[in-house]
Amino acid sequence: MEKLISLGTLNPGETGIVVKINTTDKLKRRFLDLGIVPNTKIKILYESPFKEPKAYLIRGAVIALREEDAEMIKVTRMEESLWD
Amino acid sequence: MGLTSSSTGFKTNKKFYINKKENGKIIALAGNPNVGKSTVFNELTGLNQHTGNWPGKTVSNAQGTYTYGNRNFTLVDLPGTYSLLASSVEEEVARDFICFGNPDTTVIVVDATNLERNLNLVLQIIELTDKAVLCLNLLDEAKKKKIDIDLTKLSYSLGIFVVGTSARNHQGLDDLMEKIKIVSNTDLEFKPFMVSYPEEIESAIAMIIPEINKLVDDEKKSRFISLKLLDRNTSLAKSLEEYLEIDILENKSLKIAIENAHRYLKEHNIEDVNDEIVTTIVKESERIYQNSVTLHDKRYNEKDQKIDKIFTSKWFGIPMMLLLLCGIFWFTITGANYPSELLSKFLFSFEPHLVNILKFIHTPSWILEPIVYGIYQTLASVVSVMLPPMAIFFPLFTLLEDSGFLPRIAFNMDHLFKKASCHGKQSLTMCMGFGCNACGVVGCRIIDSPRERLLAILTNNFVPCNGRFPMLISIITMFFAGIISSTFLSSITSTLILITVILICIIMTFLISKLLSKTLLKGYPSSFILELPPYRKPQIGKVIIRSILDRTIFVLGRAIMVAAPAGLLIWILANIKIGNLSILTHFTSFLDPFAKIIGLDGVILMAFILGLPANEIVMPIIIMSYLSSSTLVEFNNLLALKDLLVQNGWTYITAICTMIFACFHFPCGTTILTIKKETNSLKWTIISCVLPTIIGFILCFIVAFILRCF
Repeated sequence: MEKLISLGTLNPGETGIVVKINTTDKLKRRFLDLGIVPNTKIKILYESPFKEPKAYLIRGAVIALREEDAEMIKVTRMEESLWD
Repeated sequence: MGLTSSSTGFKTNKKFYINKKENGKIIALAGNPNVGKSTVFNELTGLNQHTGNWPGKTVSNAQGTYTYGNRNFTLVDLPGTYSLLASSVEEEVARDFICFGNPDTTVIVVDATNLERNLNLVLQIIELTDKAVLCLNLLDEAKKKKIDIDLTKLSYSLGIFVVGTSARNHQGLDDLMEKIKIVSNTDLEFKPFMVSYPEEIESAIAMIIPEINKLVDDEKKSRFISLKLLDRNTSLAKSLEEYLEIDILENKSLKIAIENAHRYLKEHNIEDVNDEIVTTIVKESERIYQNSVTLHDKRYNEKDQKIDKIFTSKWFGIPMMLLLLCGIFWFTITGANYPSELLSKFLFSFEPHLVNILKFIHTPSWILEPIVYGIYQTLASVVSVMLPPMAIFFPLFTLLEDSGFLPRIAFNMDHLFKKASCHGKQSLTMCMGFGCNACGVVGCRIIDSPRERLLAILTNNFVPCNGRFPMLISIITMFFAGIISSTFLSSITSTLILITVILICIIMTFLISKLLSKTLLKGYPSSFILELPPYRKPQIGKVIIRSILDRTIFVLGRAIMVAAPAGLLIWILANIKIGNLSILTHFTSFLDPFAKIIGLDGVILMAFILGLPANEIVMPIIIMSYLSSSTLVEFNNLLALKDLLVQNGWTYITAICTMIFACFHFPCGTTILTIKKETNSLKWTIISCVLPTIIGFILCFIVAFILRCF
């Protein structure tokens, strides 16, 4: 089992697989609305000129998240070759 | 909007204020944000629409009508939402209308290029109503990206009609109207796909349903309500009370059933019901999506991402945005000059004819003069100054909006806004504020957290609107750029100085936001989730027509409403004499000592006060007072104007202080009214007036003091 990291720590170009969401409030509902559930693949696309927020590819949509929000999403890093 | 005798018989519909025509059908239009829902709405209803707010909420409600096959259809445009889980007011409004508003059909508009995520909402809606049609919009773009969607399979999986459309090219809309007609025919029964939840949740639902069945005469809704009660959805409980007059807490047997269901779930180790529900829906969406969609080009969105990488890059992102902003302002300023002059000439050439007409019908001069020299001249100058820049600025802004560029600006700027405890989307409402502060304040609805929305509303007035630009520009040209002989160089210098002024305003917005969030609005920045939709080629022709209809005429109309009575008042003040002097002169000399301290003079300060209805008339009032003539004057020759100002004691200090005060003072009448409507609070409205005024006074005082020392 690969170790859990925060979504925000991945670099542009890398992909993570969602394991769990570490928050219970409204933010979690927002994440769920976007289709962020366990086993969802999330690719980091690029960051803003100030390094933050970052843009993520989530279920075909490009979504920007701030660092502290992305922190709540725990993922495992996916090897590049597995991404089709 | 209100109730008419032809209103529907449904009690619940009355609460939603829907005007239904006789024998008409009510159609709800739902969908995610950015899927072209409003294009579908506009294409179907044309100009037969009116907008307002949902009763008691600051959420826009647009309704429109169309006729198809001898039947009238009323289309209700619901707010764009990602789900119906009601974590925002918009979602609550959409859910309540579909659940309690009894629409005859619900059309769900989805983006064909982003179907998977959109299906979440579709599954939630067909859980709530049988009568739904899926409108698969932007099908042309999907084809371009080689996304192949099997409409028959999709329709079969969902159990509802699926219509492929490209609303902006008016493709597929006839088919859509036909399907709406078929579905809204009350005799037909439809059985859409129902999501089945894990066994434990289904058993828990079964424990609540019998109690809800006693209260609600609709199998589907009773399942939906049970599911939401299981999820401890408090906002639904409120809506049940409001629309169906069911008080959950009063109903003992229902309360017991819910408690039993919760205990049952706990025994089976299900802690978070909402989690399970959403995960199931997301998985089902994924399954249906994979069944009906084939991607022939897996890298279909790479082109957008490449553009994004440039627009958001470390070195190009910010300069490119600023350059674009400069371009728009330069274009607005230079482009508006000539038509403004033409319009002014035209409107003022009409004045003698108006006088003749009024004289012909024997209007006494005590009525004629205030009408012509008060109301008409004020109106003519407001229209000629305001209309051309708005007619250029708003379409340009709408083009940026439609192309998908604006969310990128919010993305680039968010970090700075976060530091000031604001929301990145505030950059967009500020941009709107450059056009018109009242529009900017209404635009703050796009910010979903109440605290950040309030911040954005209160500080919107800190960016100068179109009404203040002409004054800023003419002062810059007269006092700072006029010395340069080359017109091209001088226009560049003007633009650069103007950009500096704008930057100061933006910095001020940040400072004040930070200050407010540390004092009056304590709290942490809320979450920031922003979708960056695919870039789309805007339809230039339609954009121009819509932005002129929706924004320009709307703002101009309100400006005229306030300018007309103001013109009358100014005329009266300038023409009624107490002693030897007019009331106006008495006012000015009263204000003069105080105004001098802050680098202005009595005339300038009074002009700002009288200019409350519209900032456009501040400069004309100043000129008029100096000339001591009793009417507003259009000064097209800036040299003559500068002479007049200098003769009346203007120095470069006066010019700078006037510019500062133009940027920082109470909002115009229209904006104040809008702030009151949007915040629903007198306290915040007063703060939004007092705060910038105090800051303007302080800044002017400091600047005047320092500059006088030299």
